[in-house]
Amino acid sequence: MTQSTDSNAPQKTVIAPVILLHPDDNILVCVKQFHPGEEITIDGETLLSEIDIAVGHKIARINLRPGDKVYRYGAPIGSMTQAVAKGEHVHMHNMKSDYIPSHTRSRQHKDRSDA
Amino acid sequence: MSQAVSFFGWQRADGRKGIRNVIVVAYLVECAHHVTRKIVNHVNDMDVHLIGFPGCYPNQYAYEMMRAVCTHPNVGGALLVSLGCESMNREKLLSEIRASNRPAELLVIQEEGGTKSTIELGIAAVKRLQSEAATVARVPMQLNELIVGTICGGSDGTSGISANPAVGRCFDALVAADAICIFEETGELIGCETIMAGRAVTPELGAEIEACVAKAEHYYRVMGFGSFAPGNADGGLTTLEEKSMGAYSKSGSSPINGLIKPGDIPPAGGLYLLDVVPDGEPRFGFPNISDNAEIIELIACGSHVILFTTGRGSVVGSAISPVIKICANPETYRRLAGDMDVNAGRILEGEATLDQVGEEILQNVIDVAAGKRSVSEELGHQEFILTYKAFEPIGPSCLPVRQIQ
Repeated sequence: MTQSTDSNAPQKTVIAPVILLHPDDNILVCVKQFHPGEEITIDGETLLSEIDIAVGHKIARINLRPGDKVYRYGAPIGSMTQAVAKGEHVHMHNMKSDYIPSHTRSRQHKDRSDA
Repeated sequence: MSQAVSFFGWQRADGRKGIRNVIVVAYLVECAHHVTRKIVNHVNDMDVHLIGFPGCYPNQYAYEMMRAVCTHPNVGGALLVSLGCESMNREKLLSEIRASNRPAELLVIQEEGGTKSTIELGIAAVKRLQSEAATVARVPMQLNELIVGTICGGSDGTSGISANPAVGRCFDALVAADAICIFEETGELIGCETIMAGRAVTPELGAEIEACVAKAEHYYRVMGFGSFAPGNADGGLTTLEEKSMGAYSKSGSSPINGLIKPGDIPPAGGLYLLDVVPDGEPRFGFPNISDNAEIIELIACGSHVILFTTGRGSVVGSAISPVIKICANPETYRRLAGDMDVNAGRILEGEATLDQVGEEILQNVIDVAAGKRSVSEELGHQEFILTYKAFEPIGPSCLPVRQIQ
């Protein structure tokens, strides 16, 4: 690694509140918190956020159907269990692992007894 | 530039060099834990660390890990504290530590008159060990003599975008300088096995990597939970494979030179994957019950420094080797700045590039190797955990570099 050059210097103005990590991805990652009514721009189209979405969470880049693979870093990270529209939150409530099911604090005891 | 970096390390008899000169005080069963802790607390020195194994039943892995950490290059001497009736082979451990040319002493509580007298004897023993360890020669040490391990803990949706790829840049620079870099937790690499196998230096090593991830998947399925904590979901991660892809980016872009198991010391500079999931049918429970168990395994493989990335905000450090904490999430950094060495969240706020943060992490590695205390070290974090496991030796395809040399 070398010291930064002009082309490598941070350009604060170009950082978007959602980022596309790979051109093949069908989700975007939020790098700022969104509140209801705030504008989210996806591939040139501006939508309004309907809910709170926190930093690090995903939104759909296109409309997704149940069974669709979800791509992040250009790699599959699971499948949709429900349909979502472009701009909507993609998380535990509408997608799942293709390997081992995830657990949360509220779901772990139920999942354990179901297993 | 990295080749020219030089600092002073402690020369050990086996040829390795340490960046710290720690005295470890080890309980050999939980029944000796209190007495051991009293000794360490009384001495109250940043370089006297409490370690130990709680189990009374014999376990080859636990013995090998104790031997590996007590003879780690960052360790200058060891005091072993036994109750007296546990299974850990204290005489063999003592003689192996002494054979490494380190001062070592053993106290058996049942033979020393109980709690009070063992604490007093232990305090005096630590003072003797400290003065002997202080006589070890300090010699110049280069980056190509350094082993750096990495782990992520409390990951969230930002980890794989900022802190993890920044560690990957640092790893690429370290590997270019012929240092040894180790990444781990095959259970947190489920979903990346094909991509990872493609980076192996031989197809046979690639096949071993795929097999060890398949082993991890089977193991975690039997346990009923993947390596995915509720906080991961709160932070925006939805699936194990999503967490895996983010974790994987810590490895950087160098070829993968080998697959090792806890206690194996990589034979030459390069990038290595540490398989932490036990062999055989799942027993003894989860592979690693918390992050510090993985850190100790990285240290048992010789890691002098640990790079720990966190999104949700872990505060831990470790006994024996300093932990450098790299925070992925800018909001977490603002809440827990006093626990972090590097703010990789700046990448998400447009204030720094991945290369710049990678360079900053590398500078932290060099500074900490040269003696600067990491934040967790300064705060007195010395976590240590060791539990029951079982491993088979690595297969012949796992270290192609050993065959080439």
